Amino acid sequence: MADLTTDFVGIKSPNPFWLASAPPTDKEYNVRRAFEAGWGGVVWKTLGLDPHIVNVNGPRYGVVYGADRRVLGINNIELITDRPLKTNLEEIARVKKDYPDRAIVTSLMVPCEEWAWKEILPQVEDTGCDGIELNFGCPHGMSERGMGSAVGQVPEYIQMVAEWCKANTDMPVIVKLTPNITDIRYPARAAKAGGADAVSLINTVSSITSVNLDTMSPEPSIDGKGSHGGYCGQAVKPIALNMVAEIARDQETAGLPISGIGGVTTWRDAAEFLALGAGNVQVCTAAMVYGFGIIKELNAGLSGWMDDKGYASVAEVTGRAVPNVTDWQYLNLNYITKARIDQDACIKCGRCFAACEDTSHQAISMSEDRVFDVIDEECVACNLCIDVCPVEGCITMEELQPGDVDKRTGRVVEAEYANWTTHPNNPAAKAAE
Amino acid sequence: MTNSPRTPGVVSGRLSDEALAQNFSDLHPPYDGHEAMVAADRCYFCHDAPCVTACPTTIDIPLFIRQIQAGSPEGAAKTILDQNILGGMCARVCPTETLCEEACVREAAEGKPVEIGRLQRHATDSLMAKGIHPYDRAEATGKRVAVVGAGPAGLACAHRLAMKGHDVVLFDARPKPGGLNEYGIASYKTVGGFAQAEVDWLMQIGGIETVYDHRLGEGDLTLTGLAETYDAVFLGIGLAGVNALSAPGTETDNVLDAVGFIADLRQADDLSSLSVGRSVVVIGGGMTAVDAAVQSKLLGADEVTMVYRRDRAAMAASGFEQDLAASKGVRLMFNAQPVAVHGNGAVREVEFEHTESGPEGLSGTGETFRIAADQVFLAIGQTLEGAPEGLEIERGKIKVDPSGRTSLAKVWAGGDCATGGDDLTVTAVAEGRDAAEDIHQTLTA
Repeated sequence: MADLTTDFVGIKSPNPFWLASAPPTDKEYNVRRAFEAGWGGVVWKTLGLDPHIVNVNGPRYGVVYGADRRVLGINNIELITDRPLKTNLEEIARVKKDYPDRAIVTSLMVPCEEWAWKEILPQVEDTGCDGIELNFGCPHGMSERGMGSAVGQVPEYIQMVAEWCKANTDMPVIVKLTPNITDIRYPARAAKAGGADAVSLINTVSSITSVNLDTMSPEPSIDGKGSHGGYCGQAVKPIALNMVAEIARDQETAGLPISGIGGVTTWRDAAEFLALGAGNVQVCTAAMVYGFGIIKELNAGLSGWMDDKGYASVAEVTGRAVPNVTDWQYLNLNYITKARIDQDACIKCGRCFAACEDTSHQAISMSEDRVFDVIDEECVACNLCIDVCPVEGCITMEELQPGDVDKRTGRVVEAEYANWTTHPNNPAAKAAE
Repeated sequence: MTNSPRTPGVVSGRLSDEALAQNFSDLHPPYDGHEAMVAADRCYFCHDAPCVTACPTTIDIPLFIRQIQAGSPEGAAKTILDQNILGGMCARVCPTETLCEEACVREAAEGKPVEIGRLQRHATDSLMAKGIHPYDRAEATGKRVAVVGAGPAGLACAHRLAMKGHDVVLFDARPKPGGLNEYGIASYKTVGGFAQAEVDWLMQIGGIETVYDHRLGEGDLTLTGLAETYDAVFLGIGLAGVNALSAPGTETDNVLDAVGFIADLRQADDLSSLSVGRSVVVIGGGMTAVDAAVQSKLLGADEVTMVYRRDRAAMAASGFEQDLAASKGVRLMFNAQPVAVHGNGAVREVEFEHTESGPEGLSGTGETFRIAADQVFLAIGQTLEGAPEGLEIERGKIKVDPSGRTSLAKVWAGGDCATGGDDLTVTAVAEGRDAAEDIHQTLTA
């Protein structure tokens, strides 16, 4: 059995699955249920200074559905904890005492002034929790008050607050990053420069999930009006994976521990975050949709895959795919493939034909009796036919071998790696030597 | 309930009212909204979709299913009805398992097609429930067309003609419109008076005058007269005759034609008042045979045997229909032909001879057996009856060209009475519609 225990910036947990700072970790009752279900840790829902904030009293969530009302994404306009600071601190202390082997990290959001951090940090430390996560991410509500993503969008603020925290507590400091920026590397570098022990990302994406076309109000609607919320769930995973990878491969932040967040729904999602450089993952939406019981699938699935692949520990998985994340200009232009359709597997729906004929390269032929074939002379190997084919494995990409002729270009496939930087069409091409 | 399935003879009230209501409820209950969305999501929106090719009325099936997916069932209905104005009935009675759903690529892939028929019903029911009739008449042409027969072919023809601005007079021999939609077809396929509701909905187009209880060839209703009075005539008179059995004893009591039994059942207000035998034998292998056999069983017959002279593969009833019959407790027998009906006054037994197929066709083996029966239904085919003089007849049907033109000028024909079709509601609709287009072209040329 693979070892799922993790040591993330000194915080130990029996598995790499933490519940993210969010409604599931709002209070003692939920967190105890999570730990009983088997979650490795929690990031307690964000604390602020008293007087505590209030939430809207109408709907807080909007949703995007896939087939069969499967939840693909949720957005929320819920703010940080709406309970007194003392209540939260007492509960954190009680739960940590009863579950010493689980990770409890406390999420914090207070005004961007040092006195505020100096006031709250010792109180949090007294609970015995394992670390703090600075919520620089929430895009709604708190950002209008100069907190949340309003801090996360200004690298100088990130660095400043991180420095204050490092100066005023011995607990590990994790900086949670907002994706609502143009280049995730700048806030990550700022966090590192401020002395942060790790970053966690992504927080939610600014969003409007839908508009009620009868009332013309965005959803969720509060008395006929809507406000942008934070989008999360499976739909945001590709955005999160890219941002995690960008930080992992940036020379300035390489090696900075990353807690991966954003649409982790199955063990496979988690493994992908780990491979792109995350040391652990945080989960929220999947738990909100299916309940805490999914932890059994997450643990069993990750463990089984690691056994199959011979990975003894989570740390061995972390960053495995990072060397393979590169810039476009370094992709091998001599790697040439052609689509191949397995006629026995084909069910003759013609989606590949419609997609290629209407929107790609007119590289699939269709006979009167609905046999679909690839026209090598036209196929650029774009992959769209595979993407739209409803039968897994029916269409595949075949790699042309050195010496083969690419019928589209008439050129013989070369064995040597060659990329854009040396391509003759590149005005800035360097001599290939 | 005064009798039971085992009461001898042909009697009514074999089952309780509750059991009858249960037995004759909707065979394929309508989807609720979410079920429809889940079913619609299974459609792949195939390119040049095989289901469309398989549909005799060429409904753009992927388009209407996508409209359901997108939350516009009424728009989906319009897509259906543009091609098939009786799309509501066809959704219920089409043998989809041999048409669109057989062609569905998911049938090939998984043996589980997209349920196109039920989705079509969802769409058309949604529109009709809102009382929407999404068609208007074109400017009046001043032309008048007589449509004889208010079955699927005649209704489709009349609607299309009215829509094009022609004035239509629609004749039917029966007291109610609908043809086989009203008088044929097993009642569990079209519950709740749907056939009449659909006709009422269709008539909202306006411009269709109806004359019921008038049979062509009787009184002053003659084809010659119509051709003189109207600019064009469409004949959709169906097959009014039934084939007789050429075996001794068919005059015995309780040997009946299945078509009449099905019509009586469809018109009955109280199913418990209908009589059915304890042991019923149905002779034939088509849809009518299945409808009669299954409904006999559902009315409470103790034993129902359906006997077909050829093998299972040759049966006109689809595999689905055969399975339906079997699941209701009907015994299916193949390769047996009736040679005599025995009984003194009323039928008591039917004698069959085993058959085999050879190079010269079907022949009896000489070996016979008898099946006890106190009621026999014949479902061995219907025939053209009362076709007017002067029309060219081919293989027992009115000869028409692909546009529905008969051998007489100004006279078109379609549906079961005409050549070219395959005796399906959906085919009749297509033929009526296409004849209307040709009549319109002719009258406005």
